[in-house]
Amino acid sequence: MTLARRIIPCLDVDAGRVVKGVEFEGLRDMGDPAELAARYNREGADELVFLDISATHQGRETFLETIRRVAQHLNIPLTAGGGIRSMEQGRAVLRAGADKVTVNTAAIKRPDLISELAQQFGAQAVVLSIDVKRSGTSWEAYTRGGRDATGIDAEKWAREAVSRGAGEILLTSIDRDGTCTGFDCELTATIASAVSVPVIASGGASTFDDFFDVFEKGHADAALAASIFHQETHSIGALKDFLHRRHVPVRLSK
Amino acid sequence: MKISIIDYGAGNLPSVERALAKLGAETQLATEAAHISSAKAIVLPGVGHFSAFVNGLRERNLVEPLRKAFDEGVPILGICLGLQAMFETSEEAPGERGLGFLSGEVRALPSNVKSPHIGWNQLRQLQSGVLLEGVPVDAFFYFAHSFAAPAETAPTSAACDHGMAFAAVVERRNLFAVQFHPEKSGEAGAQVLRNFVEAVQ
Repeated sequence: MTLARRIIPCLDVDAGRVVKGVEFEGLRDMGDPAELAARYNREGADELVFLDISATHQGRETFLETIRRVAQHLNIPLTAGGGIRSMEQGRAVLRAGADKVTVNTAAIKRPDLISELAQQFGAQAVVLSIDVKRSGTSWEAYTRGGRDATGIDAEKWAREAVSRGAGEILLTSIDRDGTCTGFDCELTATIASAVSVPVIASGGASTFDDFFDVFEKGHADAALAASIFHQETHSIGALKDFLHRRHVPVRLSK
Repeated sequence: MKISIIDYGAGNLPSVERALAKLGAETQLATEAAHISSAKAIVLPGVGHFSAFVNGLRERNLVEPLRKAFDEGVPILGICLGLQAMFETSEEAPGERGLGFLSGEVRALPSNVKSPHIGWNQLRQLQSGVLLEGVPVDAFFYFAHSFAAPAETAPTSAACDHGMAFAAVVERRNLFAVQFHPEKSGEAGAQVLRNFVEAVQ
């Protein structure tokens, strides 16, 4: 009897569609959010993360509508975020049917946002997302989808966020994101040992072995990926069977 | 008669409502005493902070109606914080009184494990009961909490281990409670809710 390691598909949503950024090409359409969510729910995903990557007010309204539509069909937890700056925006996402809200850039600019969300909704509903680039021997937090360096040490920031009430850390390696060279296990292990809350590793997933490594060497509590699931490179069921055979505790769907 | 879902002003009620509706149960949101006295069964869902929860109940004058319904034998299902609120006190809010349907105190999870306890975990069945009927023994349920009732303080029919053995499923006469979120726990969670709905028909 052990807490299972989680496999979490991530869906970037723009104008009501799931998209994936491709270098030099812009955004590629990956499908309908509700259809993809239903498929992942069926295949045994342990949770879903929805990120709003639209920048307009119109886009935000559409995102909330998408969350409402998707939540109808889920009987697993749903995390949503992207551009959340205030408690009211967090509340709107939770009201639309998400179980947890994730914050990133706005929390770095105003760390009180984490405390406010945690006091209102509980630590279990607040996921701090940190985008990280290696900088010499340490790791630096970036904002605005990896565009802006902050000069803030990721490990220090993770500790502070947890002391303010973040209940989970969603940790993305910018260096690995989109490279298909595997998760950054060293980064994941560093943050996982620095904080008392679960860490979700993200960025770089390609093979089944990458997932095994991030659980074994990176001590991740959960692993997140997008394109390899959207493109049906791997099914979640097959990935979990593989991990189970390698003695990683996972929830197998019957 | 309907199943009343207690609305204390926070919490993710739509997912509980939806999960019960899928099982064919008729539900209503209970925001005042009349919604409780007319109910054939009550669901007490909760997320967030212990004191926000009991204060929310108190501000809406729902504590006494709940106590009366409980004393009269109306089936009540507590979910997550709803389970914790059934105890007398919680370490999360020293000095605050819970509903006191169960004696004892809710404790913080020990510091040698990750907290919140977030994710899918399995149960250890200690005695047979209604809620876990037909649920595979190795089924996983979704948990998201930092506090829990020590298994030995409650009429625990199934425990879960995360730094300590805590009450995951509690059953005594008309009192039912689960620390996990059945509405977020896939098929296994749906079976738990189905067992409750069938038990109160």
